[in-house]
Amino acid sequence: MHPVDTMGQTREGAEYGFAFLDEDAKRELRRSIFKAVCIPGHQVPYASREMPIARGFGTGGMQLTLALLGPDDACKVIDQGADDSVNAANIRNFFALTCPGVTGTLRTEEASVIQTRHRIPELPLRADQILVFQVPYPDPLVVVEPNAAKRRRMHGRADYARLWVKLYEDMVAFDEITISHRYPTRINGHYIIDPSPIPRFDVPKLHQADCLYLFGAGREKRIYAVPPHTDAVPITFNDVTFAVENFRDKATGKRHCCRRCGADDSFLDEFLDDDGARVFQCSDAAYCDMRLERLEAAE
Amino acid sequence: MAYVAIRGGADAIKGSSRLMDAMRAMGESAPLELDQIERQMPLLHSKVLSEGSLYHPRLASLALKQSLGDSLEAAFFLRAYRSTKPRLGETATHDTRNMRVIRRVSAAFKDIPGGQMLGATPDYLHRLFRFELMDEGAERFDEITRDWLGNRPENDTALTFPKVLDSLREEGLLAPLENSDETPFDITREPLIFPVPRSAQLATMARGETGGLLALAYSNMRGYGDVHPTVGELRVGYVPVMVPHPVTGKPMEAGEVLVTECEIVAMFEKSDDGAPVFTLGYGACFGHNEVKAIAMSVLDRAISVAREKGRIENPSEDPEFVLLHVDGIESMGFCTHYKMPHYVTFQSDMDRLRAAQGKTEEATDAPR
Repeated sequence: MHPVDTMGQTREGAEYGFAFLDEDAKRELRRSIFKAVCIPGHQVPYASREMPIARGFGTGGMQLTLALLGPDDACKVIDQGADDSVNAANIRNFFALTCPGVTGTLRTEEASVIQTRHRIPELPLRADQILVFQVPYPDPLVVVEPNAAKRRRMHGRADYARLWVKLYEDMVAFDEITISHRYPTRINGHYIIDPSPIPRFDVPKLHQADCLYLFGAGREKRIYAVPPHTDAVPITFNDVTFAVENFRDKATGKRHCCRRCGADDSFLDEFLDDDGARVFQCSDAAYCDMRLERLEAAE
Repeated sequence: MAYVAIRGGADAIKGSSRLMDAMRAMGESAPLELDQIERQMPLLHSKVLSEGSLYHPRLASLALKQSLGDSLEAAFFLRAYRSTKPRLGETATHDTRNMRVIRRVSAAFKDIPGGQMLGATPDYLHRLFRFELMDEGAERFDEITRDWLGNRPENDTALTFPKVLDSLREEGLLAPLENSDETPFDITREPLIFPVPRSAQLATMARGETGGLLALAYSNMRGYGDVHPTVGELRVGYVPVMVPHPVTGKPMEAGEVLVTECEIVAMFEKSDDGAPVFTLGYGACFGHNEVKAIAMSVLDRAISVAREKGRIENPSEDPEFVLLHVDGIESMGFCTHYKMPHYVTFQSDMDRLRAAQGKTEEATDAPR
């Protein structure tokens, strides 16, 4: 037991144990993780405790991370690809306060557990690394069926006809599949998952990866997994290829590069600089920093 | 540039937290004492107790103080604290006939066994400002207290009452109550997988957000539903909490909790043996919160109607619609999260829109 001082709010009269949650809660989480790994893509219901950050801010991912972390782990937290965005900084602070011994790191390659919102790091993850996703909507069928009991039945029967119809309707209306992120992805030939709001750019990284991907939806109380070396295939038609964000300059036809490190293979954030010019920059801050370091070392 | 802004994020959080604190402290007012919140804002305090679903009056006061009076945030503090505590045991069913009643009314009968007891309620007060309250002293509080206690008859002490609905049951107007031996569904240890038993339904609503429950129940009352409730009995009071003794297993009193309980009587339906009987809706929550208890009992009835008929005709009758949307901690959290950065997903949205626009332009430019 050790004192916690969260965000300058001093605490009195309450002691918090390692990793905040009580041991029974962590045990339940670990059992649910095992089940999720054994049935790739299946949404495993779990109790989902309230966290001291609000629902929607990553309580599902946070519970998974708290159940996984031991004192010898190195933990990285990213939001929109960056370690220092407010939510990531906030969650990392919480881990630092409640998990004594755990090392915080900004480097992808150093982390044993990475918690993420909306991105998969650019650097391929290894077998000894786990990526934990924060998930707002665990069920890809929610866009076509609001009733949860019916959706469970549809998943059990791998009845995804209505998702295909939605894609088809897109083609008819726009001549494009309009799903931008949260792209429905079939895992191990059966369950279709919502891969969390990662861009389509990141979806291929789920396929036959070396690392374990864990997904935690706190508010909706579901855990699911894409285990290592598992098929993860975005659903599409034979004659419509799955297209990732292309970052092509409409005028020149060339792909935009990161204005900072020059990368032409990363997912880019697009924004206006102080002069109102449109600029592009790596969304994965650690990747961008690593490239800059290498460029500097090479000089 | 963007990185500078982002890097500033961690410092900004710290600054924001300090500013929140300064907002309390700046100015002339004296620090709020926890007792003041519990004693002088008991109804707000009650909301936090029940929505936080942890009966800890002192921490509920602290939560209100720390959250600058936001009842949703305050309830959230209690909930988060709850996650750090193991479940040590289970109590037996509590009989609210043992309630030390402070208020009790029936809208069904003029005269009820034991009598109506109006207690403390704003129901019949004119909402006219008492401007003299703008400037009160401690002496004034003493005076009010002395006045009230001095006028109370000697024997006006703790009282328990029989239940109004028992008399309806004796007459056969309401189906007899069957004791259920089923272990109640613990919503804090199991997620709701539909269909869920009624115990899960009641537990979810008991910690639901007052406004959320009210909105859905009101939709039923106004016409998107037909429960047409009559308040059989609404009671507020202290229920002794009986906990099994760790060694002997015998129930022992561990304290008491303030509870509001509402039983509504609704239109009659055919019973199992074919005779028509009134139907019942049940609502209960920690603290003194009558709107919540009544709204809950209406929704309990509405959901049961749909279950009995096997068909859902209104949103308030749909267990998924009601139970998944009345939790204040979850809905408030998710609503708040939209303020967080969504750069990546928005980038992805723009990519799709540009692609779709491109296709439309091509189609328009193409010679016909």
